[in-house]
Amino acid sequence: MSDDEKKAPASAGVGPESPRSQEARPLTVAPEIRPSPGGESTSAGTAPPLPGWPEAAEGRHSAAPVPAAEPSLAAPVPEGAAQIGSAVLQPRRPEFVAAYEHSAVVRFCHWLNAVALLVMMTSGWRIFIAFPSFGPKIPEHKLVNIPGAITLGGWLGGALQWHYTFMWVFTATGLIYVMYLVASGEYKVMLFRPRDIPGVWPMVRHYFFFGPEPKQTGPYNALQKLAYSTIVLCGALSVVTGIVILRPVQLSGLAWLMGGFHLARIWHFVAMCGFVAFIPGHLVMVALHGWNNFMSMVRGWKKNPEYL
Amino acid sequence: MQRQFDDPEFKRVSRRQILKLTPLVALGAFAIPQAQDYLLGRGTAFTDWAAAKLFRTGHLAPTYPDSALTPLNRFKFNSYDTNTPEIDPDWSLEVSGMVSKPGDYSLDDLRRLPKISQNTRHVCIEGWDLVANFAGARMSDFLKLIGADPNARFVYVECADDYYESLDMEAAMHPQSLLCYEMYGKPLEAGHGAPLRWSLPTKIGYKSAKYLTSFKVTNVLTQRSYWGDQGYSTYADI
Repeated sequence: MSDDEKKAPASAGVGPESPRSQEARPLTVAPEIRPSPGGESTSAGTAPPLPGWPEAAEGRHSAAPVPAAEPSLAAPVPEGAAQIGSAVLQPRRPEFVAAYEHSAVVRFCHWLNAVALLVMMTSGWRIFIAFPSFGPKIPEHKLVNIPGAITLGGWLGGALQWHYTFMWVFTATGLIYVMYLVASGEYKVMLFRPRDIPGVWPMVRHYFFFGPEPKQTGPYNALQKLAYSTIVLCGALSVVTGIVILRPVQLSGLAWLMGGFHLARIWHFVAMCGFVAFIPGHLVMVALHGWNNFMSMVRGWKKNPEYL
Repeated sequence: MQRQFDDPEFKRVSRRQILKLTPLVALGAFAIPQAQDYLLGRGTAFTDWAAAKLFRTGHLAPTYPDSALTPLNRFKFNSYDTNTPEIDPDWSLEVSGMVSKPGDYSLDDLRRLPKISQNTRHVCIEGWDLVANFAGARMSDFLKLIGADPNARFVYVECADDYYESLDMEAAMHPQSLLCYEMYGKPLEAGHGAPLRWSLPTKIGYKSAKYLTSFKVTNVLTQRSYWGDQGYSTYADI
């Protein structure tokens, strides 16, 4: 966003931090209407409101990309600015609104967990190659043929070492993430609840059958809530079943609850299938929603979120 | 949380937020080949350490009714021992180390100890499992018989097929840890480790060494475990 772009008025959600927002509000509605020069003493620029502004949904799509902004480069020094030599010091001029979507804890856990999950899945596949079945050892029925090239560890022992090491990272980041969400109340924006059910089909229709885009009312739509809630459950399932597979005797009570060693191994595999289903969808969605959206999981802040 | 930014400030805030994630770069150490073996070894050792904390001496492995048994001819024994080793007809178990009565112990010496028969789950590191019947003497009874030092840390066995294995004393003293000479009511078959094997329901399958020839009570292990020394867990608790 260039310096020429005038700060657009904030939406109602911006609140007290934008005292001038009321004053400037009309601008968003009609991008072609510009204030008279000097009309706003603190506003140096004369650019029209930005495309991409919250409440200016119409303007956002119809406005040409800032044609009127160009002259402002040559505009005279506005009244409110001080001039020292040739430098023009302008009062701070907010340019856009951003939402802090992901706290440092969440981002840290997300990326650490992502790496751990990749290691757990690829090493897990190598472990599975050692006995790719859920039936008896004799006679053995090979269930799936996992190509060794996509696995980690080289052999069963190597894969187990990766699995035994990164299971701690995976579990710890998962636990911290869930505890943080609960303690901070942030789980509320992503927990899938019965009231989200009606919103699932419109999103599916939009993504897969080119239906109209449902209006987004929060950081996550119903389908996202469903996906993220399910995948956290998958993570919990993989940890609990993993513990049972690892210690079916010492934790025989927990093993019994899971239906025993044999069934726990099947559920462990099911959880992995959940991740296999989730990850490509997640990556495609991230790619489709662009750099700004992706960067919100890196820097926490999302520029001009669409729901504001 | 929402607020307004101008461009330089947004860049500044972003930079600070991204810096918070730099500890993640430490994971890159796992990509360095020289560090990788060490780190994975530490990870596995940490898992073993946590498992040892979890070990409950009085906790019994589940036992199962005869109806749950996998038939003996469907009990896979590992490829390592497809070549059944030659067993000396005058076989005896050579006992040494921190014991008051070292020497050779015959199968009859073992048979004179109380015989325990149990249906327990045998879990292979590969992922398969089955319920099998094992019978023999409690290792704790045998340790008493040979006058083993109760403060010793390990029991170490060697096998006729050059396999070797060790066991922490806690697991050796576990009431279900057997010096097994019978399976399914019959003397051990050649493939299953005749004349004597371990049956360790609290440990993963490869710890249950077969074709035992020597038995040592010790504090020091020069070799830990045939598979453990190749990268598997040596503690291998389940």
